[in-house]
Amino acid sequence: MTPSYAPVAATGTFALTAWVILLPLAGAAILLIGGRRTNRWGHLLGCAAAIGSFVLGAVLFFALLAKPGAQRSYDQHVYTWIPVPGFTADVGFHLDQLSIVFVLLITGVGSLIHIYSVAYMEHDENRRKFFCYLNLFLAAMLVLVLADNYLLLYAGWEGVGLASYLLIGFWQHKPSAAVAAKKAFIVNRVGDVGLSIAVMLMYTTFGSFAFGPVLNGASSAKVGTMTAIGLLLLLGACGKSAQFPLQSWLLDAMEGPTPVSALIHAATMVTAGVYLIVRSNAIFDVSPNARLVVTIIGAITLMFGAIIGCAKDDIKKALAGSTMSQIGYMILAAGLGPIGYVFAIMHLITHGFFKAGLFLGAGSVMHGMNDDVNMRHYGALRKFMPWTYVTFGLGYLAIIGVPPFSGYWSKDKIIEAAFAQGGTSGWILGCAALLGALVTAFYMTRVVLMTFFGQKRWVPDAEGHEPHPHESPWIMVVPMVVLAVGSVAAGFLFSYHNAFVNWLSPVTGFSEGHSPINTAVLQVVTLVVVALGIGYAYLGYGLQQAPSTPPLGSFATRAARQDLYGDAFNELVFMRGGQYLTRVLVYFDMKGVDGVVNGVSAGLGGSSGRLRKLQSGFVRSYALSMFGGATLLIVALLLVRG
Amino acid sequence: MSSFPYLTVTIAAPLVGVAGIALLPKGTGARSKQIALGASLLTLVLSIVDAVKFDVGGPRFQLNESYTWISQFHINYSVGVDGIALVLILMTTVLTPVVILASWHDDKDRPRPFFSLLLVLEVMMVGVFAATDVFLFYVLFEGLLIPAYFLIGSYGRSGEQKRSYAAVKFLLYNLLGGLLMLAAVIGLYVVAERSVADPFSFQALANAVSSGTLHFSTGVERWLFLGFFIAFAVKAPLWPFHTWLPDAASEATPGTAVLLVGVLDKIGTFGMLRFCLELFPNASHWFTPAVLVLAVISTVYGALLAIGQTDMKRLIAYTSISHFGLITLGVFAWTARGQVGASLYMVNHGLATGALFLLAGFMIRRRGSAEIEAYGGVQKVAPLLAGTFLLAGLSSLALPGMSPFVSEFLVLVGTFEKYPVAAIIGVTSIVLAAVYILWLYQRTMTGPVAESVSNFKDLNRRELAAVVPLLALILVLGFAPGILTKYINPAVTQSTTQITVAPPHTVADAARAAGSQR
Repeated sequence: MTPSYAPVAATGTFALTAWVILLPLAGAAILLIGGRRTNRWGHLLGCAAAIGSFVLGAVLFFALLAKPGAQRSYDQHVYTWIPVPGFTADVGFHLDQLSIVFVLLITGVGSLIHIYSVAYMEHDENRRKFFCYLNLFLAAMLVLVLADNYLLLYAGWEGVGLASYLLIGFWQHKPSAAVAAKKAFIVNRVGDVGLSIAVMLMYTTFGSFAFGPVLNGASSAKVGTMTAIGLLLLLGACGKSAQFPLQSWLLDAMEGPTPVSALIHAATMVTAGVYLIVRSNAIFDVSPNARLVVTIIGAITLMFGAIIGCAKDDIKKALAGSTMSQIGYMILAAGLGPIGYVFAIMHLITHGFFKAGLFLGAGSVMHGMNDDVNMRHYGALRKFMPWTYVTFGLGYLAIIGVPPFSGYWSKDKIIEAAFAQGGTSGWILGCAALLGALVTAFYMTRVVLMTFFGQKRWVPDAEGHEPHPHESPWIMVVPMVVLAVGSVAAGFLFSYHNAFVNWLSPVTGFSEGHSPINTAVLQVVTLVVVALGIGYAYLGYGLQQAPSTPPLGSFATRAARQDLYGDAFNELVFMRGGQYLTRVLVYFDMKGVDGVVNGVSAGLGGSSGRLRKLQSGFVRSYALSMFGGATLLIVALLLVRG
Repeated sequence: MSSFPYLTVTIAAPLVGVAGIALLPKGTGARSKQIALGASLLTLVLSIVDAVKFDVGGPRFQLNESYTWISQFHINYSVGVDGIALVLILMTTVLTPVVILASWHDDKDRPRPFFSLLLVLEVMMVGVFAATDVFLFYVLFEGLLIPAYFLIGSYGRSGEQKRSYAAVKFLLYNLLGGLLMLAAVIGLYVVAERSVADPFSFQALANAVSSGTLHFSTGVERWLFLGFFIAFAVKAPLWPFHTWLPDAASEATPGTAVLLVGVLDKIGTFGMLRFCLELFPNASHWFTPAVLVLAVISTVYGALLAIGQTDMKRLIAYTSISHFGLITLGVFAWTARGQVGASLYMVNHGLATGALFLLAGFMIRRRGSAEIEAYGGVQKVAPLLAGTFLLAGLSSLALPGMSPFVSEFLVLVGTFEKYPVAAIIGVTSIVLAAVYILWLYQRTMTGPVAESVSNFKDLNRRELAAVVPLLALILVLGFAPGILTKYINPAVTQSTTQITVAPPHTVADAARAAGSQR
């Protein structure tokens, strides 16, 4: 049963919703317009806007908590954005259990990362600009999750794409960063084609793209149309959430500063696709076919990302492969329907904690290692960076799903739900999820062993500076600690008395899955699988040292290092093919279309060279002919009347 | 008829500047710029007064004036504006002072003729949008070519040969289109004279067509449609009539290019919406599939060609061909959404492409080359230039929050209601737009600083004063497009009601009706 969507007007405390967005938006605007004058205090303003937004979010959360479950749905109409006959696009916000969870994640993790960046970006001459973009990102992401209609959601969706573009390409002087930023935006736009057509289809089907008419009308609409909308939304989700086949941009996006990777390309923006699908649950509930495709995409990507994560020596890219894979889990869960929606979001939140923590840890390591990202140059860092080691270690335990850490609670539920899907597809999806858990345990253990254990394999950087690893300043450590606490405790808290399920089910609906395998058995199997992954990694990277230069590796390793040839495909088909196409068209335009024109004019008035020679005289006569035209008209009219 | 001739005063205001320039004593020609700027600002103020005087709840055409011109043929000097013409006039009067400010040093040391020509062009541009007499419209439509021709051929990029080639090509193309229109105007008169008392008055003609008083035989209507349509399709170049635009836009000064692409070309799309659809509704319906095909080809073809360009100004010109395709799509979608979107798009495209052309011009002026390859790493040395260029680029690729998004989405959704396939192909242009804009930005602005740009100065105050108002308008209209749709909506609803064939009944209307019954 899809829950109905029936918000009431936001009054009192709930009228604060718009301010959650306005604070970071104002921050971004002040820092942009203020320019260099705000350099001295810009970062503080940025932090204040983020924290202020988080405090408002918390106030709203407690206000919702005080209401009974069925009354936690509020709409705030701000103004009519595009007033056109038969078409009303509003700027309006919708606050409910689902959106507030995202608000807290975005502003909470966002605030921590703002604080961390104060130190991380301290020596960057453009630190103020960085905080401007971070604030812009927060505002756009909050629009995305708070919008009460799909068009405004789309605006936020493109807004986070812009922020992502600006932040990946933050170091614009590096060609690799500039190229990565452009690629991220363009690949995302391919997904946006899907989302925008979905919005149009909603408009022609329901006469509106506001959540109310769409979500309440889905159950009585044609199934085929709902499947089409669902698949188009999925295309959008694939772009934003780096799902197969639009995954290639995420690994390149690691060109951005590490706090950006933590916030945008791990914890929040890349999970927007999951939000989109879960928010549109009413549409997917109607169409089993759309859901099946969603689960398949999720399953493929969770394996795809995990395999890439195994082969990367760049610590950020290994984590990026992992992000892709974990979002694959969420998409898989979202595709399972009411048995999975809640767990998709639960995993999204726990993942937000541990993956942001892992990325900040990676940033801290890079900070101590002259910005080297190659794990083959690390080793033995646990003695030099104890805080980073401990917090990273807790994040590690959470992501591989060791009880009682966060990932255990959320990932196990997804594996169970996948089996509970039933039938052959249930077995396939369940086994994929299990296998993913094994590979996750392997690549994450590999990262930890290569970074923190073993012997020093440190090498001087390009300018010959020997690395002197040291713990990062407290202002970077504190956010890591807070996220580590989340990685430890969030899963348990969410699962305590089914708190998370009870909280979200009024929005997403929930039905208990019935796994063909006994739950206890499945949990044991999962743990065994995880242990196998750890053990295998220990054999390869614990008992022996990773060589400083990567060995050739098997075919599979080489393929995984090349992102499973995703980019080679893009290069061949889109880049080369596109270049060829545009070149041919340019030639055609010059010789074909324009050639005909020049040919005709040459035929009519002699060669174009002669025309040019004539042109000075020609123009004078043209001035005449102009009025001649009018005269001709008069003459013609006279004849007609005559 | 209003007591005070608001529109005529607005149209004629730039002539005050022309007179001022003519009266300047010898040796003080340089003052022409200030005079021209003053006159264009005066015109802007007057056009804002017009907008204030315009009653959005009132009749479609307002501020009407009519004076007999050639009584034998019922030719009148008639002007009046509906909401669409009004916002296009506002766009023109905003762009002209901006262009004058940006063209401060583009006069080749012949300030008097250059700035006078700009002002004369403004008179005709405002006039053509205000004309409600078909004959007057035609005369101005053709007359515009004279100042435009001289602005392209006598100023603009060095390299006499290519420049005059571009100018002559511009002229021949438009002249040819104009001749077809001339024939159609005569034909229209011949038919209308029998049944319409005022056979050149647009309102009289449109009313007669909708009431059935004026009836064309099928063949005649289609020929007349074609005469007007081809003239307009050359002006707002649709594929395959487009090849004059990249040449003209790249050879002209940046300021002229803005007026050419931003304003002159809009007369084409404006003409399709007003003349083709309302005077020849049956033929318009009959030709709709063909026009949609051309529009879709233009949209995708222009974008692909833009990607393949090596010259910045040609690149921007091709993006405009793509955008004109979308505008035409909106016009011929026959839905209120599509037509409001198309009207809004005309204004937004003027602002966004205007800013892009001017900024490219500022760069070319510094570097002396329009080749994209000649640049690199500009953001490091001129962050304001790079930042404003990126903003202008983002508005051109229709990022939400900027005004072109609103119009592009309206056009696409309005088209989707009736012609989903055309709309879906049109939507793919949003990917291509991201490619041509961001790739351009990447190649010119990012990466290591190219030696040739290492001594670039950032934007000066004058240049900022030219582009900042455009960018500010783009943002304001992105968040509050209601400022313009307030004027456009009634014009579109009043005119679509006049199109009697195939009522604009859409799936969405049906769904909404069903929803209200529930």
